This record gives sequence, structure tokens and C-alpha cells, in this order.
Amino acid sequence: MISTYRAAAVAALAASLAAGPALAEEPIKIGLVLPFSAGPYVPLANEIADSLAMAIADAGGAVAGRRIEVLREDTTHKPDVAQAKAKKLVFEDKVDMLVGPVGSNELTALLDFANQSKTPLLIPNAGDNEATGERCSPWVLRTSFSNDQIVREMGPWMVKHGYKTAALIAFDYAAGHQQMDGFKRGFTQAGGTIVNEQYPPFGPISDFGPYLAKIKEVKPAAVFTFFAGPPATALVKQFTEFGLKDQIKLAASGWLISPLNLPGEGDAAVGVLGILNYVPAIDAPENKAFQAEFQEKYHRIASEFAAQGYDTGKLIFAALQSLGGKTADKAALVKALHSVTVKGTRGALRIDPKTNNIIQDIYIYEARKNGDRVDFAILDKIPAVQDPPNGCNL
Amino acid sequence: MDSGFLLLQLLNGLQFAMLLFLLAVGLSVVLGMMNFINLAHGTLYMVGAFVGFAAAERAGSFWAALVAGPPAAAALGAVFYAGLLRRMQQAGAMKQVLVTFGLIFVGIDTVRLIWGDYEQTLPAPSVLAGSVHILGQVYPAYRLFVIALGLMLALILHLGLERTRLGAAVRAGVDDRVMAASLGLDIERAFFAVFCLGCALAGLAGVVAAPVLEIYPGMDMAILIPTLIVVVVGGPGRLAGAFLGALLIGMAETFGAVLVPDFSGFMIYAVMALALLLRPQGLLPARHSS
Repeated sequence: MISTYRAAAVAALAASLAAGPALAEEPIKIGLVLPFSAGPYVPLANEIADSLAMAIADAGGAVAGRRIEVLREDTTHKPDVAQAKAKKLVFEDKVDMLVGPVGSNELTALLDFANQSKTPLLIPNAGDNEATGERCSPWVLRTSFSNDQIVREMGPWMVKHGYKTAALIAFDYAAGHQQMDGFKRGFTQAGGTIVNEQYPPFGPISDFGPYLAKIKEVKPAAVFTFFAGPPATALVKQFTEFGLKDQIKLAASGWLISPLNLPGEGDAAVGVLGILNYVPAIDAPENKAFQAEFQEKYHRIASEFAAQGYDTGKLIFAALQSLGGKTADKAALVKALHSVTVKGTRGALRIDPKTNNIIQDIYIYEARKNGDRVDFAILDKIPAVQDPPNGCNL
Repeated sequence: MDSGFLLLQLLNGLQFAMLLFLLAVGLSVVLGMMNFINLAHGTLYMVGAFVGFAAAERAGSFWAALVAGPPAAAALGAVFYAGLLRRMQQAGAMKQVLVTFGLIFVGIDTVRLIWGDYEQTLPAPSVLAGSVHILGQVYPAYRLFVIALGLMLALILHLGLERTRLGAAVRAGVDDRVMAASLGLDIERAFFAVFCLGCALAGLAGVVAAPVLEIYPGMDMAILIPTLIVVVVGGPGRLAGAFLGALLIGMAETFGAVLVPDFSGFMIYAVMALALLLRPQGLLPARHSS
């Protein structure tokens, strides 16, 4: 009797020891593939990554006992490097999903890889229409926007508010054309006339003098444009310097007057109209909490890129929670991402399974002077803007 | 094309030309004098802009940037000359291109280390911040300042070259270095002085351009190609060449952008190709007898 008892005790002890390692769970891994060190999007990459990590931490940092690890790999703004780093993250580091890219130059490389390796890829910024249109993939989801989604409501709005003629200007590349086309379609369908279009070559020399002189010549009621980064600051300033501001209304997709650019633009930004998926002034508790936390940590207003990063983190966390932290089945992970709705910094957000693009509110706003600062007054909100399939067959 | 549009474009072209001239002068003189291709010339432009920006922030005034930027660029140039350029003068074009090209990236990363990746702004001084009415058109006062500054400096440099001993030594050295040296002129010192002046002008261009073109790491790459084209088209080694080349390229870029928008990115290269076909030595080449 005693020996059987002892044998059972030893067996029980052995069993519990064998069960020991299984309690130390493998962490859930998210792989960020962003241009952290080179190229024009470095600030954006850092905003997105920092905010994503912030969202994960705010939500608790773990699901079902599994810690969530956010790994970062630097694409140095080159597509071949982006693909190589994506491969490393998936095959060596065994990440459960990828997040990237910022700009459309790296988009094809990551899209192709995600599709072939059947790895969920979340796009936290790049807005190329085709990524959730003709070239959509069951493995690639977008949490940011499509170019068309941002701009198409602006045309009708401007006609309604009395601007019947417009001149367009944007860099001569895919995103520039997609945004101008999106605006043009809505504007002309609502009865407006496009009197001039200019597409300066996509390059860092942002002297808009020649183009502004042309716009002055054609005398439109408004100008619609898309620029981001240093060229955006240059355009806004030069628009005032060449005397156009008094006669012509300047409107743009919101990156023109992003919080990242306002300090450089100063008073030249006052009166500019923007349309975008995020404005720091959004009066909702989720956004206010986000802005407060971000500003305390980084001492500047969170931009739309930070908001997108944060919302991406929130969506991922919600999906992981709905799965109970199980990430082995990637198809189930994608399904979970389709099924969750979160209240992000931008409002209610969910991913449309028909295009894999996000459904979100779009805001129209104006920059205005507030004491010695420039901030935004939200004029209109178009809720739950959803892209039509556009050639996507999911 | 109405006259107002034409006037605006002429002014725009002239303003861009003056910026290019300030940059091209240093590069052209170094190429003509020492047969040295310094691709890192743009780095001096960028350093001038950033140091100027830092000084302006500290002092709260744009003019501090004008005072701080050029000497900083000249100092960096002097270090570069003593440490590298002197040794590489006979190294051949390929090596010079590779080394100075590498220096561009060192420069960009150093600037990023110190000032970060974000763009910086150097606003025009308040006295020049407004717009001016010229013949019925509204034009930024600051850009008129750029034009005036460029023309004035061109004149000063011309007088310096024609009327001073140093200028004479430089002209002699460009014409025939060996002969000039054998006549007892300290060519080495003349070249060094002129080199540093060219660097200072590049730094000045950086400060002057900043309110128009913004300041950011990599701004040197953006301006390098147009500058090189100006030097090649105008003819290396001569002030007048740099001035003429700058006018040509500045106008081509400005008018090309609006008159032939589909080809505008290509315009300055077309001008360069045409110029080289017709006058491969440059429009106003230096007369080398060696």
C-alpha cells in the first residue's frame, strides 16, 4: 500500500514537472516593417510604431496569458529591404502578423510577400487605392485609408458651399493622381468645373512659384491639393506669399495642415480647409484620452499618423482577444480582424471584408487662429465612409 | 500668357537662378581651378542652413543665420580641404566622385543625429516677410531680397576677381597653373582662400534658400543635380559661366514647369544635353592652356 502510494506521488510529481514548461506561453508577436531610419517618412514611421505600442500597452499588453511583443524592422525606405525584413520577421522571428508600410513605394513588395506566405499584413498608412481594390488580397488589411476614401466627399461639399471652380495641384505620382481624381469626380458630378490641373514632378525641390503664378492666371474660386511633409509647408506658405490667399480658398486632404506641419506654416495655415480621417480636435473621450497620453509622453500634438498607429494597435488587440489569444490559425486571425468593431481615436472603426479596407468617419475642418496658436474647427463629419469594391473580389 | 504671368515667372526664374548661382560659383571654381569634383558641395549648403537655423533660433532673428551659416560652412570646407581634398587632387575623377559622394551621406546622417529627421523652418525676417506690389503683381518681398543679394554678390565677386591681387592670382592659376606657380605666385594659398570662399557662398545659399525651400536632412541631394548642371552648362572655372548657367537653368526650370508640364522634370537635362552638344566645354569656359 505504502509503495503504491509513493509510486503515485512520484508519478504525480513527474507529471507536474512535465507540465511546467507549458505554462510559460509563447508571446504573441507583431512585426512592424517601417522606414525607421531613412527616407522622407521617418517621422511618420516612428509616430505609427510608438502609438501602436502605446495602444497595446494601454490595453494590458497581453491576451490570455500571452504577452504581446512588438518587433521593429527598418526598411530604410527601400522595397527590396522591406521584403527582406518581412521575410526575416515571418520565417526567423515567427511573427503572427506584419504591420507596414508607410509609403506606397514599399507597398507592392510587402503585399506580394504577405499574399504568397499567407501572413496577415495590416497597412497602417499607405493609401494606394488598388491595395484594397484591384490588387486586394485576403491576407492584406488596411487600417488607415484609401486615397479615394479621404477625398471623394470634398468635391460635393465645396460645391454646396459655393465654390464652383477649382484648380488642382499635386505631385506627379500615383497618390497625387488618385487624390486629384477622387476629388475631381465628386466635384464635377456635383456641378463644379475644374479649370486647371498641374502635376509638378515628384521631387524635393518645393518651389511652387511657377505653379502658383499659373493658378493666379486662371483665377479659380478654390484650389484643391495634396502634399505632405516639407512640400506641404512650402505650398501653404507660398500660397500666402504670392497673394493668392485673399482671392482663392485653399483646400486639401488634411496632410497639408497636419500637426506635423502647423508649426512651420504658422499663420499661413489659417483659413485652409482640410478633409481627413482624423483631426486632433475630435471631441470624443477616446480621442481626448489618446491626445492627453501622447502629449504627455512626446510633448507634441498627436498627428493623424499616430492616431492610425494607435487604432491599428487597438484593432489588433480586440481581434486577439476575440480569439482568446490563439494565433496559430492565420485565417482565423484575419476573420477575427473582420469581425471586431473598436472605438478608436477616429470614432467607430471596422474592416470591410469585401475590400479589406477600413470603414471610418471622414472629417471636414478648417484651420483657425486660437490665441497665439493655430488649431482646427470641425465643420462636418461624414460617418462610416465605405469604399465600393473597386475591382476587389474577396 | 498674360504679362502679369510672364513677369511673375521671370522673377521666379531669376530668384531660383540666384540661388543656383551662389551654389554653383563655389563648385565651378573648385572644378575649374583644381580639377576636383566635389559632390559634397551640397553638404556645405545643408550645414549652412542648419547651423544658420540653430543660430537664428538661439538669437530669435533671421540675420543671426546669415552671420553664422556661411562661416560654419567655410570652416567645414577648410577642414575638408586640409584633411581630404589636398590629398585627392591627383586621385582622378572616379575616386573623387566616390569619396565626396560618400561624404554626402555622412553629412546627412550627422545632421540627422544633431537635429533629428523633422523638417525645420527658418522664417524670413519680419521686415521681408510681406509681399510687394510690382507692376501690378503681388510678389514675396523675401524673394526680391534673394534676387538683389545674388546680383550684388555676383558684382562683388566680379570686382574681386578683376581688381584684386588675389583675384589676379586665381585667374592666373586657372589659366595656367604651372606657369603661375613658376612665376612665384602662391597658387596653393590662393586656391585655399577661394575654396573657403566658395564654401561660405554655399553656406550662404543654404541660409538664403531656407525660407523658400525648407530645411531638412537630404536637402543637399535635392539641389545637387541642378547645381552640377549649371556648372557643366556654364563652363567650369569662370564666374560669368556660373552666372550664365544659373540664369539658363533657373529660367528653364521655372518656365518649363508651367509651359511644358509633362516634360518639366526633364527640362533641365534637355537644356544640359543641348548645351553640351553645341558647346561641350561649356558656354563660357575657362581658358586652360595646360
